[in-house]
Amino acid sequence: MLVLDRVGKTYPNGVCALEGIRLNVSLGEILVVIGGSGCGKSTMLRAIAGLDTPSQGRVLLDGSAVTAPHESIGIIFQEPRLLPWLSVAGNVGFGLEHRPKGERAERVAKALARVGLTDKASVWPRELSGGQAQRVAIARALVPRPQVLLLDEPFSALDAFTRADLQEHLLDLWADLKPTLVMVTNDVDEAVVLADRIMVMRPHPGRVFEEIVCDLPRPRDRQSAAFDFAKRRVLAALDRSLERAKITDDREARAAQGGGLWW
Amino acid sequence: MTATLEQAALEKPAGRGFAHFVRPVLGLLLPVVLAAGWEIAVSVGWSNGRLVPPPSVIFKTFSELAQSGELQTHALATLWRVAAGFVFGVAAGTIVGAIAGYSALTQRLVDPTLQALRSIPSIAWVPLFILWFGIFETSKIVLIAVGVFFPVYLGVMGAVMSVDRKIVEVGRVFRLSGPAMVRRILLPAVMPAYVISLRAGLGLGWMFVVAAEFLGASTGLGFLLIDGQQLGKPAQIVAAIVAFAILGKTTDFIIATISAPFLRWEDRFAR
Repeated sequence: MLVLDRVGKTYPNGVCALEGIRLNVSLGEILVVIGGSGCGKSTMLRAIAGLDTPSQGRVLLDGSAVTAPHESIGIIFQEPRLLPWLSVAGNVGFGLEHRPKGERAERVAKALARVGLTDKASVWPRELSGGQAQRVAIARALVPRPQVLLLDEPFSALDAFTRADLQEHLLDLWADLKPTLVMVTNDVDEAVVLADRIMVMRPHPGRVFEEIVCDLPRPRDRQSAAFDFAKRRVLAALDRSLERAKITDDREARAAQGGGLWW
Repeated sequence: MTATLEQAALEKPAGRGFAHFVRPVLGLLLPVVLAAGWEIAVSVGWSNGRLVPPPSVIFKTFSELAQSGELQTHALATLWRVAAGFVFGVAAGTIVGAIAGYSALTQRLVDPTLQALRSIPSIAWVPLFILWFGIFETSKIVLIAVGVFFPVYLGVMGAVMSVDRKIVEVGRVFRLSGPAMVRRILLPAVMPAYVISLRAGLGLGWMFVVAAEFLGASTGLGFLLIDGQQLGKPAQIVAAIVAFAILGKTTDFIIATISAPFLRWEDRFAR
């Protein structure tokens, strides 16, 4: 269980990026965090990863505080951040250096097979497409078998087709290994495709605005009315979070009427 | 159809072989044409070639020097000085550059002084180093080491400073210890810039060795230059210059070749 206990972050220049975040994420849950720019999504993710120390509150994993990068917490960034001087296999096995060679080779091969890049094991990162590079980054993060996997807008730099492909892929991997996923995104579609729960944040300072449970059965049909309805709910919450109340009232009313019919 | 395909298959490797053969030779075209032109100009009597000896005379002098063993003695003396100065200069430049690149405070403390020292011409050091270290090998090696130090220092400092924060963060996520971070992230990241600074340092080392040998040396290629000037033997001067060119190019080639396997990953514009 991942717990955020009143986590806040104020930068030395006085800017308050995050305030009083309380959050419980249970094992195997997919939590998607969405919100406008400046609402502290990435700050929160970096605090969970142990890359930045929160100025207030604590991050707890199974009861113990996370203050530095933790072996059970993996992170995937917006960019693949592959090490250009290592082959694809070298990158995937980066976190296993202290393991025996045979075990490392086996786990790397398995991870590459999982992301469908077995044939790219020996090429340099520069020879990969954007989607392939991000898949290698996913494999690298999964190889140490993290309990929690954090994703910071991992697909936002990819084209729409590759993005949808990788979303499905991520779901397959999740179904296999059942890690807890905490994903930050700007993409409402992506949130509804993936999430068990969607957390909408509001900016200045970053706070939790609304939590939306998303219990559509998987695999989710992006064309279905229920999917569309869930999307509208998230959009409405996003609009309200940015204090665009007028548009929202109307949309919310319609969403509420339709709600009973679809789900 | 089959015939054309077979023909194409036969022609292709041949075409590639031709390009493979011709490309390195292109670089020789200009010097060879110039040398041949001068040789002809002297042999038909357009010039007496006394001050600018034709290639045949230079080659003769070169082989005479080589046969008497003089060339080897002088070349080895110079090579040894450059090697010793290079080792010390690289060691000092790497250590100081890495510390200055890593620690902003150290950089503020030492960088302005070093930049001021860097702009001093090599010859200006010579009298001082002779006073301090005597006229024998020590002063020469120190002078060469000073020449090598600055490009290596600058290169290492710049490379360490510009290591991508995002890549370092990957190391943090995988909980690398300090030494592991240096070995697995920082060293490979600075390697391309380091090799360039080593090659620049070596080039300056070859320049500074001449300055060192001009003043009070009885061996070395620099001595051959001075000797040729004093005895009025331009062919010997040119032969020594040619020896410098060959040694400089060879040592640079050795560094480039040794470092190549470490840099294969680079996403370069030209390959």
